[in-house]
Amino acid sequence: MSAAQPHDWPADIYAALKAAQVKQVAYVPDAGHARLLKLCAADNAMRMVPLTTEEEGVALVAGAWLGGERAVLLMQSSGVGNCINTLGMIATCQFPLLTIVTMRGEFGEFNPWQVPMGIATPGSLELANVIVHRASEPARVGDTVAGAARLAFSSYVAVAVLLPQQLIGAKTFGK
Amino acid sequence: MSRANTLDRRAVVAALLAERGDLLVVAGLGAPNWDVAAAGDNPLTFPLWGAMGSAAMVGLGLALAQPRRDVLVLTGDGELLMGLGSLASIGVQRPANLAVAALDNEAYGETGMQATHTAHGVDLAAIAAGCGFARSETVREMAAVEALRARLKARQGPLFAQIKIAADTPPLVMPPRDGTLLKNRFRAALLGPDAALA
Repeated sequence: MSAAQPHDWPADIYAALKAAQVKQVAYVPDAGHARLLKLCAADNAMRMVPLTTEEEGVALVAGAWLGGERAVLLMQSSGVGNCINTLGMIATCQFPLLTIVTMRGEFGEFNPWQVPMGIATPGSLELANVIVHRASEPARVGDTVAGAARLAFSSYVAVAVLLPQQLIGAKTFGK
Repeated sequence: MSRANTLDRRAVVAALLAERGDLLVVAGLGAPNWDVAAAGDNPLTFPLWGAMGSAAMVGLGLALAQPRRDVLVLTGDGELLMGLGSLASIGVQRPANLAVAALDNEAYGETGMQATHTAHGVDLAAIAAGCGFARSETVREMAAVEALRARLKARQGPLFAQIKIAADTPPLVMPPRDGTLLKNRFRAALLGPDAALA
C-alpha cells in the first residue's frame, strides 16, 4: 500500500465476515460503515436487515443463531447505549454476538452531544459482558474482526470491535 | 373500551399450538410465556425471561435463518409496545413464514395490571398494517385464531394479530429458565445433535 492509496479496511472487514460465514447483516447506518454496507449489500449470500434501533439487532442475532445462521450487528457508538438491557439475554443464554461499532465522541469530535455516550461506550459494553477490541491501524482491522468473529462464534461470547475516529475520520460538519 | 374482550388466553394459545408439529415458537416475557408452557413444554419453544421488547426480532432472525419452517411469535401488548420498531423492521423483510400474535389484555399483567397503551386505544393491528405486514387483524373470536394458524401454515405472512383477551390471571406454569439450556435444546431439536459442534 502506498501512502496515496489508503488501506481498504472496509473490504477487509467484509472479507472477514464472509470467511466467518455471516449471513445476516443487521445495522443502523453510520458514515463509517457506508462502504462496508455497500459491499455486504452487493453479496447475495448476505441478508441486509436495517433496524429502527440497535437493540433490535441484538435480538435478531439471537434468533439467527437459534436458526443456525451467523449474524453481525453494525452500529455507531451512540447505539451501544440502546442495547444494554437486551445484551443481558446474550450473556445469560451464551449467545455468540459479533458487533462492529464506529466511534463518535472521541478523537476530533465536533458535536458535544456525541461525547458522553462515546466516552461511555467501552465501559458500557464491558459492564454488559461484551469483550471489547479496538482496531486503530488500517492494516490490522481485518485481522481484528476475523479474530473477534472466531472468538464470538466458537466460544459463545459477545465481542465488539470498536473502529475509532482516527481510522474512520472525524465528522467535520464542514467546519 | 367499547367492546368486551372475552377470549380466554389459554384457549387461544392452545388453539394456536394444537398439533404444532415442527412449528418454531418464540414466547415473549410475561404471561405469554406461562401460556405457552401451559400448552406443553417443547424444545422448539424459545421463551424469553427478559430482554423485554425483543420477542418479535428474535422471531425475525429465526424466520430468516429457517425459511422452510413456520415461526410464531407469541407475545403480549406490553412486550410488543416496548419494541414497536420491530414491526417496521419485519415489514422491510416480509418473511412469509412469520406470524406475530399479540395477546392483548390491555394491561401489564406481571406488575399489577396497570393499563398499557392499548387500553387507551392504541391500535397495534393498524400499526402492523402500516408497517407492511401481508395481513394484520384484530381478533375477538376463536374462529379467527384458528384461521391465523392456517394462514401461517399456508405461508401467507408476515402475519400480525392483535388478539383481544380477558384480563385474567390463570395459574402460573413456568418453562425452564436456564437460557443456555433453552438455546441449546432448541438448536439440537431444530438442527440436530451436531449443532453443539458448530
